[in-house]
Amino acid sequence: MDLREKIDVPVMADLAASGEKPEYLFWVGCAGAFDDRYKKVTRAFASILNHLGTNYAVLGTEETCTGDPARRAGNEMLFQMQAIQLIELFESYGIEKIITICPHCYNVFKNEYPDLGGHYRVISYVHFLEHALAEGRLKPDLNRFANVRITYHDPCYLARANDICEPPRNILNMLTGHLIEMERNRHFALCCGAGGGQMFKEAEKGDKEIYMERTEEALKTEPGVIATACPFCMVMLTDGIKYKNREEDVKNYDIAELIALALKK
Amino acid sequence: MISNFIFSLLLILAVWLFTRNVNRIARNIKMGKKLCINDQKSRRWRIMAWVAIGQSKMSTRPVSAILHIFVYVGFIVINIEMLEILIDGIFGTHRILSFLGAVYPVLISLFEILAVLVILACVIFLVRRNLIRLWRFRGNEMKAWPRTDANIILFTEILLMSSILVMNAADGLLQARGDVHYAAVGTFLVSDLMQSWFAGISDSALIQLERASWWFHIVGVLIFLNYIPYSKHFHIFLSFPNVFYSKLDPPGKMVNMPSITNEVKMMLDPAAGSMEEEGDIGQFGSKDATDLTWKHLMDAYTCTECGRCTSSCPASITGKKLSPRKVVMDVRDRIEEIGRNVRQSGPDSTDGKTLFDRITDEELWACTTCNACVQECPVNIDPLAMILELRRYQVMEQAAAPGEINATFSNIENNGAPWQFSNEDRLLWTAGRKKEEEVISKKK
Repeated sequence: MDLREKIDVPVMADLAASGEKPEYLFWVGCAGAFDDRYKKVTRAFASILNHLGTNYAVLGTEETCTGDPARRAGNEMLFQMQAIQLIELFESYGIEKIITICPHCYNVFKNEYPDLGGHYRVISYVHFLEHALAEGRLKPDLNRFANVRITYHDPCYLARANDICEPPRNILNMLTGHLIEMERNRHFALCCGAGGGQMFKEAEKGDKEIYMERTEEALKTEPGVIATACPFCMVMLTDGIKYKNREEDVKNYDIAELIALALKK
Repeated sequence: MISNFIFSLLLILAVWLFTRNVNRIARNIKMGKKLCINDQKSRRWRIMAWVAIGQSKMSTRPVSAILHIFVYVGFIVINIEMLEILIDGIFGTHRILSFLGAVYPVLISLFEILAVLVILACVIFLVRRNLIRLWRFRGNEMKAWPRTDANIILFTEILLMSSILVMNAADGLLQARGDVHYAAVGTFLVSDLMQSWFAGISDSALIQLERASWWFHIVGVLIFLNYIPYSKHFHIFLSFPNVFYSKLDPPGKMVNMPSITNEVKMMLDPAAGSMEEEGDIGQFGSKDATDLTWKHLMDAYTCTECGRCTSSCPASITGKKLSPRKVVMDVRDRIEEIGRNVRQSGPDSTDGKTLFDRITDEELWACTTCNACVQECPVNIDPLAMILELRRYQVMEQAAAPGEINATFSNIENNGAPWQFSNEDRLLWTAGRKKEEEVISKKK
């Protein structure tokens, strides 16, 4: 699939206008909509959804922040404002299932919205992709990355926060015969340094940037690809690779991109 | 006999003092905010069995896990010998449990093996702390008292275990010499090997040695018992309830503030708000230790300062000032301080201090909320929950977030995204790179 061309993405309001209700809401998230690098991940995942013929829609211009960074930075008021508005919006569209690509959005919908009355079936894209692969609905070219050394960086809000460690590994093990673990992995993985609002500010004074510590650990596995599953981890590790001058030989891809790249045209 | 009387008196005094100290800590913990935890009892018992009794979370660091198991099992099993010592002390008997016959020397030998393992573990722990000086024992918060406290505990345990072995060696030797007061009860595995050290000593000196060791051990235990409530060693009691009352939600879930929900609903739609007059919704977040819940305070008293949290914290690892262990210790030291003030000057006394005299903004804002500290803690302490409460106070009561964070808040409020992008551009990603570049260049 060509990731440079326009892709058709159904928008919730348009569907509602014609009386349709999709099965899934694909929640794009702020980084998914605005971060230049991560937009490619959004495109990759949306093209997979199209490829599968999934019955979904996005909120488009109606989407807004879940409030997650506000809550984690201590601004409960702002978090709840965002959350309560979104819950009302979801209700107006009768949304029951949400697919997320961002682990932070996944966590906040799944674990924190129920306290405010928002109950949904929240599906992380790693689960979604794992099932589609396992059921044979997605048939990537298994030779594409078969000989590429891949290491996987666990996002905190998938692994530690929500105990999602194996689905991404199952996917990667399908794509490559060389999935190499970093020393700190799964529940004990080191944070990329972006969580809890850190993404939006300079780090406090220290000896080292957290993302450099993690990038160095990833580079120790001598990878061709550092696979990530979170927009903020992607920003951090891409920066790390850049600062280490390893852009030529080490690529940072999201799991959805790897699958999209391996899908036969 | 006079010695039985003195013993009983010491015992009563020690238990009385200990009870007083435990009550002091209980009162301090109860100064925290109310919180009701009585759900999922059977799951809680299972977690307590697995994490606290079974020490499952220790296993990630196998060396300290195994050494700690020696001390832990030693502590529990050797308490059976404490039972014998107590009965002997009160009633003036000698080795009362020897009525068990052939089982008795086996039992004592088991205690002795454990005593040796405890000594071994404590010596290695001392080496790790003071000679190898492992990074996680060297933090800023580990200077002065916490460092001394750790060493006092380890030395005391070595002395207490050694006195059992010396006592048994002397006793065994006296048995072999056929002393009337020392009936033959069988061979003790470890102390038997030590008997040669004391072979040249006269019977009377040997009796004195045996008695001195006995008294040293029991008085040492009673003193140590009363040291524990002033020490990080209190984890030996609090670990169990603290794990029982663990957070059962997924670690990623942050605790909700229902007090805010009503306010927010009124702000969004004043007509829909409840008709109640503005009640006192209280302070947002925590400024002082008493603003935290009792569970946070129990967490703080349970901490044994092992530093697994800090050694896995991304901020601490990269040289930032934040150390989750220090946050937990600060909360504990502060509630102790408040407790002292209350005892001295009454319940309404204030010293004008808060947690922010101990915990700086620089520490607070370095946290990535990654949950590594929570994951690591062998007794399920949640340092992140404390950090969040302090952030909530700083942000909502003081408007004291770092500038960039405030900018993020206004972006979320105004554009619905943490960055300054327009909501109108939310679908640009579908356009494809070529198209997108056109749109952006037109805007400029």
